[in-house]
Amino acid sequence: MDASLLPELPEGRVLPVVRAPAHVLSGPGAEVDPLDPAVVQLAADLLATQRVSPGCVGLAAPQVGVGWRLFSLDVTGHPKARTVHGPVVLANAEVVEASRWEKGREGCMSVPDLTGDVRRAGRVLVSGVVPGTGERLEVRTDAFEARAYQHEIDHCAGLLFLDRVAGAHAIHQRKTYL
Amino acid sequence: MALLAVTVLGTDRPGIVAEVTGYLSRLGGNLEDSTMTLLRGHFAMVLVVSTERALSDVEAALAPVSADGSLDVSVRPVPEAGVAAVSGAPYLLSVHGGDRPGIVSSMLGVVAGVGGSVTDLTTRLSGDLYVLVAEVDLPTGTDVAALHRALRVAAESLDVDVSLRPVDTDLL
Repeated sequence: MDASLLPELPEGRVLPVVRAPAHVLSGPGAEVDPLDPAVVQLAADLLATQRVSPGCVGLAAPQVGVGWRLFSLDVTGHPKARTVHGPVVLANAEVVEASRWEKGREGCMSVPDLTGDVRRAGRVLVSGVVPGTGERLEVRTDAFEARAYQHEIDHCAGLLFLDRVAGAHAIHQRKTYL
Repeated sequence: MALLAVTVLGTDRPGIVAEVTGYLSRLGGNLEDSTMTLLRGHFAMVLVVSTERALSDVEAALAPVSADGSLDVSVRPVPEAGVAAVSGAPYLLSVHGGDRPGIVSSMLGVVAGVGGSVTDLTTRLSGDLYVLVAEVDLPTGTDVAALHRALRVAAESLDVDVSLRPVDTDLL
């Protein structure tokens, strides 16, 4: 794990998470200035909100009602993760390389009662800029962390996993087992 | 050998599939195609069974399934349809947005307008969120870009989001 990927951030606030069918989740997010203090604050807020949300491995700005290309991500400790970079906040990110496509079931805090089978790349190279420093960051990763990056980058483009499900029987009611 | 469609609908409980298929098995029926799901928590299953036995024998054998009134069972003959060769291409239509009447009929009406055929459909209502995912066969020569535009127009008037993608089929 490389915790140094995280820049110095102000104290984050926990924000309410919006749910589909909120319009902010369906429009493409705007490119942001990584040095804008509001962007840096929101990056900290996303991380803080993600950390208090059980099972949440990533959170994108549209999920807290802001149509920006910005997200936080941390798959540390997740059983399906292989490569783990620890907590990351990233702006204007895109998938540069993608390979080893595989289907997996995923859920989303903004679609809390459904899950879907989605085909994602098992290996990706992601490129974005770090809020607060403006440095370009390239992350090469795999398995669950790769899936999480693709899910968050999709949010920033106004896409939900519902737009990428693999078939008519690929949407499932999330089950709660007591 | 007759082909029968068996439909079972009603209150879910453990053991329904085992019970129904057990009775059919003891009659010497062969399950050809089947689908089962829970619709808003209600059990829903359709089986296509080939059997030498008369329809009335199958109905009698399945009578215990509906005896307590919690499940409806119907048996009807279906013709041998075979698997028709399809000319065209499979696409996946995904629609989601705020629940309102007419989403399915409007969006699939656009698909039907170009001669597209739904081969699989799931809809889910989750809180205010309505989700439709349909696999559709589009006839050869369909102007997919024009269809996509027409779907976007329909989606906009319903205030929902739509995507249309070719179905991934990896032959290994």
